[in-house]
Amino acid sequence: MTATARKAPIETVARPAPSGKVVPLGRAPVSRIDLGRIAANLARNVIPPLVVLAVLLAIWQVSCSGAGAPLPPPSQIWADSSDLIAQPFFNNGPQDIGLAWRVLISLERVSIGFGLAAIIGVAIGALIGQSVWAMRGLDPIFQILRTVPPLAWLPLSLAAFQDSKPSAIFVIFITSIWPVIINTAVGVRNIPEDYRNVARVLRLNQLEFFLRIMLPAAAPYIFTGLRIGVGLSWLAIVAAEMLTGGVGIGFFIWDAWNSSRLSDIIVALVYIGVTGFVLDKLVAFLGRVITRTAA
Amino acid sequence: MSAYLKIDHVDKSFARGGVDTHVLSNITLTIDKGEFVSIIGHSGCGKSTLLNLVAGLTRVSAGAILLEGREVNEPGPERAVVFQNHSLLPWLSVYENVNLAVSKVFAGKKSRAERHDWVMHNLDLVQMAHAKDKRPAEISGGMKQRVGIARALSMEPKILLLDEPFGALDALTRAHLQDAVMDIHARLGNTMIMITHDVDEAVLLSDRIVMMTNGPAAHIGEVLDVPIPRPRDRIALASDRSYLKCREAVLKFLYERHRFVEAAE
Repeated sequence: MTATARKAPIETVARPAPSGKVVPLGRAPVSRIDLGRIAANLARNVIPPLVVLAVLLAIWQVSCSGAGAPLPPPSQIWADSSDLIAQPFFNNGPQDIGLAWRVLISLERVSIGFGLAAIIGVAIGALIGQSVWAMRGLDPIFQILRTVPPLAWLPLSLAAFQDSKPSAIFVIFITSIWPVIINTAVGVRNIPEDYRNVARVLRLNQLEFFLRIMLPAAAPYIFTGLRIGVGLSWLAIVAAEMLTGGVGIGFFIWDAWNSSRLSDIIVALVYIGVTGFVLDKLVAFLGRVITRTAA
Repeated sequence: MSAYLKIDHVDKSFARGGVDTHVLSNITLTIDKGEFVSIIGHSGCGKSTLLNLVAGLTRVSAGAILLEGREVNEPGPERAVVFQNHSLLPWLSVYENVNLAVSKVFAGKKSRAERHDWVMHNLDLVQMAHAKDKRPAEISGGMKQRVGIARALSMEPKILLLDEPFGALDALTRAHLQDAVMDIHARLGNTMIMITHDVDEAVLLSDRIVMMTNGPAAHIGEVLDVPIPRPRDRIALASDRSYLKCREAVLKFLYERHRFVEAAE
């Protein structure tokens, strides 16, 4: 609301010797974009992985080119599945769709399951972090439950929901909620006593304390939990879809295996890996943006 | 004039792991409106505990604390605290930190514009209005403590509690802030209680100095009146006879009669 008052005039940077006029000490002068440095930086970060990738592909190509090789070499994969790679968004009917569509369908399930886990996990974690006894009572139980592999929940959830779609979502939820709960609880417990005292002197009510103090103070912990959680949920969805069917990317792999399309499986693996990487970076980025100020 | 703040035969003990630690014993003290009282003593003597009792952050074990005749039994903005390590919320700007207090204390009493003016007025008092959009991490320790004082003042407290407010600052910054607090005290006439372990600071700022004996079960050893007229000037005082006498009295109390014994348990 006071942005106009503090707008540092950029032309002052280029102004010649000061003539006794007070130049407002605003932001540091915005350095102009240095293309050379950006390019060098990009080269430093992009070239090594590309080189390593090329070397790995070459080794793969050589080692799988023999007559009786069990796995297809990269050239074979390109020959078999170039349509999958080149056209992620084709749509030729209910079971013949591009891999990007399948990833999006899986992502939809993940976003529902993980979204629920994030909201409920933060709420439960905040509650547990506030109470020493809740922490003592529940922490061991959570530590045990969080080690249960995602798929072990599937039969139970199938029995409970009688349908594959909510079951898959439940598996995502139950897999990703533990790190969110545990990290939130630890974060809440680590809120400095001083901040609590400030809240007490101000007589902040429970809701105000939760929103103004607890969430921002515990945000770094919460986002660490969310990051672990989103990784786990992406692991879980692929496994769950293999068993529940549907049109997700996990089911695609299972389907390809049943019809011996090994090349398609390898392409799907790349899609899954890249998506998981992007999800992880996305949550990390969100966390950085939100907690940047809460140093 | 009846006592503004009355600390009446207060005892405080902490029970931890089945062991009772008697921290404060039979503390009785009355403070008048507008008075500046320092509490001085060696570390571990329970000065901060006493301040927390007045703030309501901890409950008394026996006795009572009365502010304007009403018992203190919970924290509240009428007893604002300036914490030792500023305790600004790092995710809020300087303005937002003060505004958090103002919007809570004056919700429904002041309009939005009035609240904004009040925040700026208090930042002006501590000469921090220029940094209102900065985050605590971007300003110096002395500036943080100034904002902490502004936040406490903005609650319009009946009594301002300062818990070793300048302890973590270098000597020059500390002198600046002491002057700022003296100035505010002169202009607003607040009642203030300050915890300190700095003899010069206590004499310079206070109307009375409360000297605590060593714990456990610390009590008030002596109360010294500081008969130096205000406004006080630290350079003129350096050779002032009554200043030196007060200083000597506190030093004698702390280092002759109640010398700090390490591991006094």
